[in-house]
Formats: sequence, structure tokens, C-alpha cells
Amino acid sequence: MADIAVQHGMAGAYEPSLFGTYSKKIGMWLFLLSDTLTFGALLFAYSYGRISNPDWPTPFHKESIVNATIMTGCLLSSSLTMVLGVLAARRGDRAWTRNWVLFTMLFGSAFVVLHGMEWSKLIEEGMTPFKNPWAANVPQFGGTFFTLTGMHMLHVTIGVIYLGVIALRKAFLPILLAIWAIVFFATPADNVFHTGVHVLLVGLVVAAVILFLKPKDYDAHDVEISGLYWHFVDLVWMFIFPLVYLMSTRVQG
Amino acid sequence: MHTAADTHDEGKGQYFWVWGALLLLTAVEVVLAYRQVFQPVQMLEALMILSIIKSALIIGWFMHLKYEIAAMKWVMMVAVSICLCLMCVFFADAFRIIHLGVK
Repeated sequence: MADIAVQHGMAGAYEPSLFGTYSKKIGMWLFLLSDTLTFGALLFAYSYGRISNPDWPTPFHKESIVNATIMTGCLLSSSLTMVLGVLAARRGDRAWTRNWVLFTMLFGSAFVVLHGMEWSKLIEEGMTPFKNPWAANVPQFGGTFFTLTGMHMLHVTIGVIYLGVIALRKAFLPILLAIWAIVFFATPADNVFHTGVHVLLVGLVVAAVILFLKPKDYDAHDVEISGLYWHFVDLVWMFIFPLVYLMSTRVQG
Repeated sequence: MHTAADTHDEGKGQYFWVWGALLLLTAVEVVLAYRQVFQPVQMLEALMILSIIKSALIIGWFMHLKYEIAAMKWVMMVAVSICLCLMCVFFADAFRIIHLGVK
């Protein structure tokens, strides 16, 4: 394709990038901008409901706030380990690149587990996407909460799989399959994790297709753009945490 | 390809400072909310301002946008900011509902 462009005198095809960087990074930034609008719409919908309903439920007592604060700490720490991984990749230090990315995955997995436990607790208390036990006249609380936090948890899970592919390549596939099998068979059928773990199975199929159809040794640029995605999920949580949890704290009772 | 972001000072220390600042701002948010310092609308504004500061730290340092060229910074941030600001148009209706009721 590039040769054809030259033959036809399209010199502009080889102009330097307007943004002074490589195309994969620009592609990831553009994807993240579009994803910002997706989360922006969800966050604005939640805020609209929160402002316009004086009876908006406040179900998050001390235990939930502590849990969500630890989750926030996990994501912030994962961003630190990710940026250290990017620096290691730029230095050409493959061992530490892998180690820092694995630490990032560990923090991300801790976030997903803690969030899943929080969901389980709320579901046990009677919350569904269509009703909640705290404010019968505000049925949209459950729907907006599960949509917003579920969308974010999906992004974190995809991020962990993405980083696993970057750090371990094909060696990550059997690990992913083992985690899926352990969680699926070890949890009861009505558990949040029993259903949610199927995201790993879908991720496994997609990762296998990518790794087998286009096998490659991921370089510093690949680590950097995976880092951009990871920092973005951290960034989104910086709005979800105050808006969903801190705006609905139950100080008494 | 050698890029603008590759050429900046790679000191690790700055990332630990940013991480510490983010944790501190999170702690401030939790204290503000748990002590219910403000009414809901003012609380929402205060928390969103803190969140925007945290976002700037994440985008600038962790995502390295600070080290990209000016064209990249402006195109990316202005575009997304305009789109998000346009969404604020719906808040007028949310305030109308809470003050006047659904009519």
C-alpha cells in the first residue's frame, strides 16, 4: 500500500505525525477519548438522578466506604506500578517490565474481587437493577449503579487480561483458563463471581485469536499504550468513587 | 520512533510524589463526605473539583500527556472537554425538578 502511494506521487503519505508520536499511541488516545464520552454519559445520567431526587438512597455505611477507599488505593497503586513498568520497558529491562506489569495486574485483580464482594453484599440486601430496599420511589438507583460500576469493572477486567497478554503472551492463556475454571466451579450458582467470571472466558478466546493469528514480541511502545488504557480505568474511578460512594454515605444507622 | 514523551526526564521520584498526592486527595474526599461538610449539591461540586485535580495529575504524569507536544495536548483535551461540557446542559433540568417538582 505504501509503495503504491509513492508511485502515485503521494509524498504527503510520509509526512511526520501531526502529534509527534507513533500511530498506535494516537489510536489508543482516540479510543480513550471515545470511551470518555461513554463513561461521561453514564456519569452525567447518574448525577442527574442524584441531583433531581432528594430521596436518593444512601446505603453506603462505614464498611462500604472503607472497602471503596481500599479499592481506590489499589487502583492508584496499580497506576504507579504501571508507570514504573513503562519506565522499565523504555530502559529495555524486560524482567522488571514484566514484574511491574504483574504487580499492576495483582492490584487490578484485587480491585475486581473487592468490588464483586461489594456487589454481592448489596444484592443480598435486596438491591437489583430495578429496585432497592432503601428508597422504593427511586428505582433507578440500582440500574444506574450497576450499569456504571459494572461497565467500569468490565474495563478493569479487560485491562487485566490486556496486561496479561502484554506481560506473558501465550503463557497467559492457560493461566486465564485455570482462573476461570477455579472460580466457576468453586462458587455457587447465585454468586456474582460465578456469572461474572465468564468475561474471562470471552477474554481468553479474544486473546487466543490475537496471540495465534498475530504472534509478536511486545515492545516498549506496546507496554506504554497498554499503560494508557490502564491509567484511563484508574481515571474513570476517580469520578465514580466520589459520585457513587461518597455522595451516598450513610453516616448514621 | 523517537517521540516527544520518550525524551523527558525519567526520574522515578516524581511518580511517587504524584501517587502520594492522589492518595492524599482521596483521603480529603473521604473526610469531606463522611463528615458531611457540605449540602449535596455543594458536596458534589467540591468532590468533582478534587476529582478534576486528580484527573489532571493522572493524565499529565501517569499518561505522560505533560511530555507530549502542544498539538497533542490541545487537540485531545479541548475536544473531550467541550463534549463533556455540552453534557452539562441536562443539569438545568435536574435542578428544575428538585426545585419545582415533576410537572
